[in-house]
Amino acid sequence: MSDQVLNVEKLYVDIPVSEGILHAVDGISLHVNRGETLCIVGESGCGKSLTSLAIMDLLPKKAVRKVNSLELCGESILECTEQEMSDIRGNRMGMIFQEPMTSLNPSFTVENQMVETLSRHRGVTGQEASNLAVQMLERVGIEPATQRLRQYPHQLSGGLRQRVMIAMTLLCNPELIIADEPTTALDVTIQAQILRLLRELQSDFKMGLMLITHDMGVVASVADRVAVMYAGQVVEEGPVLEIFDNPTHPYTRGLMRCIPIPGKIDRTKPLGTIPGMVPSLVGEFSRCRFDGRWESGASGSSVKTTSLAPLQGKNRSFSVDESPKHFVHFCCDDCLHKSGHQIGEDLAQ
Amino acid sequence: MLIYAIKRLGVAFLVALAVSLVTFTLLRLSGDPAAAMAGEGATQEDIEYVRTHYGFDQPIPVQYYNWLTNAVRGDLGISIYLKTPVADVIFSRAPTTMTLGLCALTFALILAIPLGVLAAMYPNTMLDRVALTTAVIGQALPSFFFGLILIIIFGVWLRWLPISGHASWLNFIMPSIALGYYATPAIMRLTRAGMMDVLSSDYIRTARAKGLRPRTVLFKHALRNAVIPVVSLSAVQLGFMLGGSIVIETIFSLNGLGSLAWQSIQRSDFEIMQGIVLSIASFYIILTFLADMLNAFLDPRIRVH
Repeated sequence: MSDQVLNVEKLYVDIPVSEGILHAVDGISLHVNRGETLCIVGESGCGKSLTSLAIMDLLPKKAVRKVNSLELCGESILECTEQEMSDIRGNRMGMIFQEPMTSLNPSFTVENQMVETLSRHRGVTGQEASNLAVQMLERVGIEPATQRLRQYPHQLSGGLRQRVMIAMTLLCNPELIIADEPTTALDVTIQAQILRLLRELQSDFKMGLMLITHDMGVVASVADRVAVMYAGQVVEEGPVLEIFDNPTHPYTRGLMRCIPIPGKIDRTKPLGTIPGMVPSLVGEFSRCRFDGRWESGASGSSVKTTSLAPLQGKNRSFSVDESPKHFVHFCCDDCLHKSGHQIGEDLAQ
Repeated sequence: MLIYAIKRLGVAFLVALAVSLVTFTLLRLSGDPAAAMAGEGATQEDIEYVRTHYGFDQPIPVQYYNWLTNAVRGDLGISIYLKTPVADVIFSRAPTTMTLGLCALTFALILAIPLGVLAAMYPNTMLDRVALTTAVIGQALPSFFFGLILIIIFGVWLRWLPISGHASWLNFIMPSIALGYYATPAIMRLTRAGMMDVLSSDYIRTARAKGLRPRTVLFKHALRNAVIPVVSLSAVQLGFMLGGSIVIETIFSLNGLGSLAWQSIQRSDFEIMQGIVLSIASFYIILTFLADMLNAFLDPRIRVH
């Protein structure tokens, strides 16, 4: 049995818009191991949410998904019919959304919405299903669970609703959970609680967790591995410590400069920012994706240079400092040169 | 829920009171009832006799008070023209109009909701266009004209349905369609808009992410939320239909409140007109109240307020 809960190879998501075709996700490859948290980090519009919806096969109707390989626990789910996919969704892979305030149906009780998942996938109904729901609510820290079970979403706070969402997703004990910015809409103390809870549950249930966020602080506190996304591509990927110790792609470095770390940053200087905006991804893209986003200090001697070893069969992708798990990808040669890294011998040559 | 029901009931009562006041006042202000009752060629003495006999000489507020207290007891006075109690006349005619109104509403809902749902599921497709066209035709055709078309096709050419009277339920088919079709566009468009709104909502995405079957997502999670505004609109539409039944009842020779109203206006039969307006308004108020209750049942958030 494969240790990879999720394996995605060369995922593309194209969205037809009035000006042409928007290449929202541009050939990304990812995997999540059992019991591992992969954080996908990137700014708004980089395609991270679409990536998660594409994996769940929940993309909006007009978006077109192309993918070379999509495997759940080693089985390809690419050829699944809609019926087969719905058997998998909520059962073997679940999803937690960004907006707890609107992600639950306002017209039904928590009980109703939890029990229907159980009866759909497990055939459990009635009192037995309600008991399982109560247990799961208690597991995610909702007290008093029996009382909350009978309530409607509007009677719960944002944090509670997100806990209900988490409990609902865990009901069928999925192998993979995709959490799309689960804490973005919550206030900071609740954020910390929810993240701790997710981390805890993930190790208890031995599931793979794919957490999507734009917050490097969240990444630092929960991730095992990190994939940094920019403009529809993964620009850097690696174990969380290697990414934080040795951010290799200039974009990752830019993100790092934007995190306020008490004691580590100079209080007298403004916090770092990345200038410019994500480029429009409509049409064929030939320019550098980082055009206008290079800071003056991004290249040159002030930046630590790292030795890169080209990866076989992957254009402009390199392994960093001979680490087996830390990779970086440049969109064009220009980027590669500007980054100022030393490029080692191509292993293939 | 109980508190909400009591509040709505209070509002309904106030509306009923306001309607009775307005009806009474408007009718008194629209001419001298004594002169109308005494008829053409009556002498001044006759008119004065009628005025004192029926109490038209008393101040309007006193007349209103007397009329209202009697009305509450079910006594709506005696018809000036028919010389029979107004309440009896109305009770004999009301079932026809209520049946017509409810059948028309049922027809409108049966046609409009599925069309609206389909149009929302496949927006900007041929299906959506067909639904929209159906709706626009309903809005554009005056109901008397549509009624006549129905009579020509199903009554005269095909001879499937009777064209007048209210002997059997078959008599209600065409009038209900003619009356209900007019209400279809608004209901259909609201269903479509509500459904499109709901289908793109986060909780529908959640329902799909839970792996629920498409029909569960559509009928349980989406439709339940999309019909909430439709329920309120249906009550309003029913009000229009009861008003519109004057025309339809005349075309199909149904002896309902509509045709009675038409006759009474011609005869200046004030007592009956008051009674009709009051009973149609009451029926409408009751239905609005029931619609509110149904909405509170469908949407738990309403119950709290």
